[in-house]
Amino acid sequence: MPTFTQDWTYWLFGLLRWSDFPPKADGIATFAASLVVLGALAVVGLVTRSGRWRWLWREWLTSLDHKKIGVMYIVLAFVMLSRAVIEAILMRTQQASAIGQAGVVSADHFAQLFTTHGSIMIFFMAMPFLTGLINYVMPLQIGARDLSFPFLNAVGLWLTAAGAALMMASLVVGKFSTGGWSGYPPYTELGFSPGEGVDYWIWAVSLSSIGSTVTGLNFAVTIYKKRCPGMDLLRMPLFCWTALCTSILMIFAMPALTVATALLALDRYLGFHFFTNGAGGDVMNYANLFWIFGHPEVYILILPAFGVWSEVISTFSGKHLYGYISLVGATMAIAVLSFTVWLHHFFTMGQEANVNAAFGIATMLIGIPTGVKVYDWILTMVRGRIRFIAPMLFAITFLLCFVIGGLSGVMLADPAIDFAVHNTLFLVAHFHNMLIPGTLFGMLAAYMLWFPKAFGFRLDEIWGRIAWALWSAGFLVAFMPLYPLGLMAMMRRTAQTTRAEYAPWLWTAEVGAVLIGLGLAALFVQLWVSVRNRARLAAPLGDPWDGHSLEWATPSPPPEWNFAVPPEVSGRDAFTALKAQGIAYREPERYEAISLPRGTGIPVVIGGAGFVCAFGLTWHIWWAALAGLFAMWGGVVWRSFQTDLERTVEAGEVAATHRHWLSRVHAVTPVGRDAETSADNRGLAEHEA
Amino acid sequence: MRFASGTDRHPGLNIHGRDPDAHRAAEPVIFGFWIFLMSDLVLFALLMATYASMSLHGIAGGPTPRQAGDLASAGVETALLLASSFTFSLTSLALKYRDDRRALVGWMALTGLLGLGFLGCEAKDFASLIGKGWAPELSGFLSAHFTLLGTHFLHVACGLAWMAVMFVQIAVRGLDQAVATRIMRLALFWHLLDVVWIGIVTLVFLQGSLS
Amino acid sequence: MNPRNIPPATRDDPARERRHSLLGLVSSALLTGAAFALVLAQPFARPVLLACIAALALVQIGCQLFFFLHIDLRRSHRDDLQLVLFTSLVIVLMVAGSMWILSSQHAMMG
Repeated sequence: MPTFTQDWTYWLFGLLRWSDFPPKADGIATFAASLVVLGALAVVGLVTRSGRWRWLWREWLTSLDHKKIGVMYIVLAFVMLSRAVIEAILMRTQQASAIGQAGVVSADHFAQLFTTHGSIMIFFMAMPFLTGLINYVMPLQIGARDLSFPFLNAVGLWLTAAGAALMMASLVVGKFSTGGWSGYPPYTELGFSPGEGVDYWIWAVSLSSIGSTVTGLNFAVTIYKKRCPGMDLLRMPLFCWTALCTSILMIFAMPALTVATALLALDRYLGFHFFTNGAGGDVMNYANLFWIFGHPEVYILILPAFGVWSEVISTFSGKHLYGYISLVGATMAIAVLSFTVWLHHFFTMGQEANVNAAFGIATMLIGIPTGVKVYDWILTMVRGRIRFIAPMLFAITFLLCFVIGGLSGVMLADPAIDFAVHNTLFLVAHFHNMLIPGTLFGMLAAYMLWFPKAFGFRLDEIWGRIAWALWSAGFLVAFMPLYPLGLMAMMRRTAQTTRAEYAPWLWTAEVGAVLIGLGLAALFVQLWVSVRNRARLAAPLGDPWDGHSLEWATPSPPPEWNFAVPPEVSGRDAFTALKAQGIAYREPERYEAISLPRGTGIPVVIGGAGFVCAFGLTWHIWWAALAGLFAMWGGVVWRSFQTDLERTVEAGEVAATHRHWLSRVHAVTPVGRDAETSADNRGLAEHEA
Repeated sequence: MRFASGTDRHPGLNIHGRDPDAHRAAEPVIFGFWIFLMSDLVLFALLMATYASMSLHGIAGGPTPRQAGDLASAGVETALLLASSFTFSLTSLALKYRDDRRALVGWMALTGLLGLGFLGCEAKDFASLIGKGWAPELSGFLSAHFTLLGTHFLHVACGLAWMAVMFVQIAVRGLDQAVATRIMRLALFWHLLDVVWIGIVTLVFLQGSLS
Repeated sequence: MNPRNIPPATRDDPARERRHSLLGLVSSALLTGAAFALVLAQPFARPVLLACIAALALVQIGCQLFFFLHIDLRRSHRDDLQLVLFTSLVIVLMVAGSMWILSSQHAMMG
């Protein structure tokens, strides 16, 4: 607690000192910090040189269009993915090289690496990626013009971005937490982790958590209230079902994270005793609270990917999804069961065997609906005309690898086995085995599937396959060795070891990590090559893959209002039905004026204020923390006094845009699926009965 | 299958008979706010679970729940809050039936005063605990006690700040549709804080004095 | 049944709705009063008392939901009801699970 005897530097700069700025003690950290600074300067310089600030501000940063917000989320996810992959390679290098000798980084730096890697991958890569995807795709799929609350949507984006910015700031100013992504006390209490590290973690995660709560709420209301006529819940594409279940999990699981981090903050800032060793603190309650959030969280991450796999597999098998109802039921079952299993993250914490047995059984039960899904996807492929293009190749890798990961999960669900391999690399292998082929490959497949929708041109297929091969091989080579290493009792988060027999496995994993790094590079090359060849890859007519759902019934990119007239739906796979009836590209009887939300800079201000508040709290710069907090709420109140929040697009403009698109559609010959990846594919699919 | 039956379109007082347009516009907004409140309820439930555990295992030689809870003061606070729920429901009725703003503003102001009274009583409780040397730093139990009550306290304070903003908005904008749905949401927030308080009184004060 | 078929008069009657609110206040006061009285007088053994005040709290929460928040098993929109019921389920799972886990840990570790 501050006292009035502190000198003026404390009141002005808190705990911040010159020594917290670069250069850092070790070369790699200094290099990373300069990379962040130079990267930020490069972006600023590039935008300034091309004179694009006004455009960036008007068209993107202040936009309330769900599609642009979705794209910005995904850009953020790719930036953070790059950092976290580099950290992963560094960690693999450390473990492989630090056998019986010092490695490339210090133990303290290594601990920061695994903490930021985990925190970023969960909160600032996977969450923004899936949030961005749902943002972009879900309203289109249910035939809506936007989310229910466009302003709130932008606030969610900018709070998440503020959290990510705080993660980046921690690389430059001071140090990050060394307590792992789950931040277990008492290690993360003041007594063992003084300084700014844990506070950076607390506030970055809190910003992301608030953002996710409001975004989940927004998605759920949109799905409940904004479906187009005829779009009953059981006619929604499966991706929307998974989006709904993920949103419900966000709404109900995030409070547990908020409570866990808030109580930890009270301990650290005000000397409370929630999780301290003495004075009646209870460290076990932290694990309890954190995993009440943490387990639903992993389903928040995987369910949207399940939705993506359903779309990818049915689209590229040229079939309706097999077992739609069972997939919906399985999704809901997983969502509910995910609230009943959190204890399996701490089987070894000392509760009686009956508790472990109950939660172990509940955990195994989740294997059932997940198994149902795997069979449904396989049966969707049976007798389909499968097109092996990049997203589908990812889907096949997913099916094969995910089953292995699932089996190791069922093993870990047995408390007796868990006692043996708890906290070893076996566990690390298991959850990467779920999250990389499951979530990450799902996100990458979705990126390749929906990229042409968002930008009007397809991604380069050759580089897509190269990326797929590198990611798939890299994953297998990097993570399969971790299973035997875990069984050989190598503990996770080990900075240095003396056991030479680990070496061959660790070097194999290192090769895999490098392959993954090349896979990431291949994704950027793919993007670069595709942008350069965008004329040849153009598919502006909107339906490059012979899609099933309504997002493909619009031009690419869709106009800001999505649909010229609200679609009417009479069954599942609505766009397929329209194409079958030959009315997919028909001019409506009349067009009407559409009102759209005006852009506003207030969400950016709220996000910026959130960053200032969090940074002030981290460094005990109280005036900044207070100013940030007031500015955040001030932004909300300011907004509540604004009127004239919408602008109207006249019916004439809607009609002209729509007719222009229709005339281009009618001028082009549809392509069959065998020419899907050729330059002939302009986004008009030949309908195959 | 379409999930829609029943005549009330959203929680809280429905105004469809009086103002169908506002009612349609209010539906998704109030549904969204209701979801937020449910999320908030989970937050309180977890704080209560933490409190329940710490009131058993976190005493650490400090005061017990029985010593820390002042039943008489809790009774006064409960009375104030229950009365404020009633006056807010009269505010809602004024929004629905009366065209004159005076009744609405009057009932809402009374609600605000009752809320302020509640905050004052609670602040006095906190001060008296700290005065006895029973600050939250003393034990896990006191940490949980202050945090659970303090979170509710902060919520009520936010409700009052919101109310203040609404007074300004009624003055500046009048009772337009947006202002009306905001008052309806504030009503939900206020009533739900009452629901939470019933849980807190039962767990902290009544159960505590039986321990 | 289509909501628009219900004559507004049965729903939009100021006197009736004011009575509804008043009933909310009276029931809350009575239930709170009963709970406080039980704790002050302590007429039963402690476990019985605990069960009584818990039951009174649940009834009172129900009253609040019905009279002030207008959640009604028959009239409410099904989305809203589902949400309330699902929230209750989640809260029961989290709270009961937490209590079971934490008390077991404390019992095992003394």
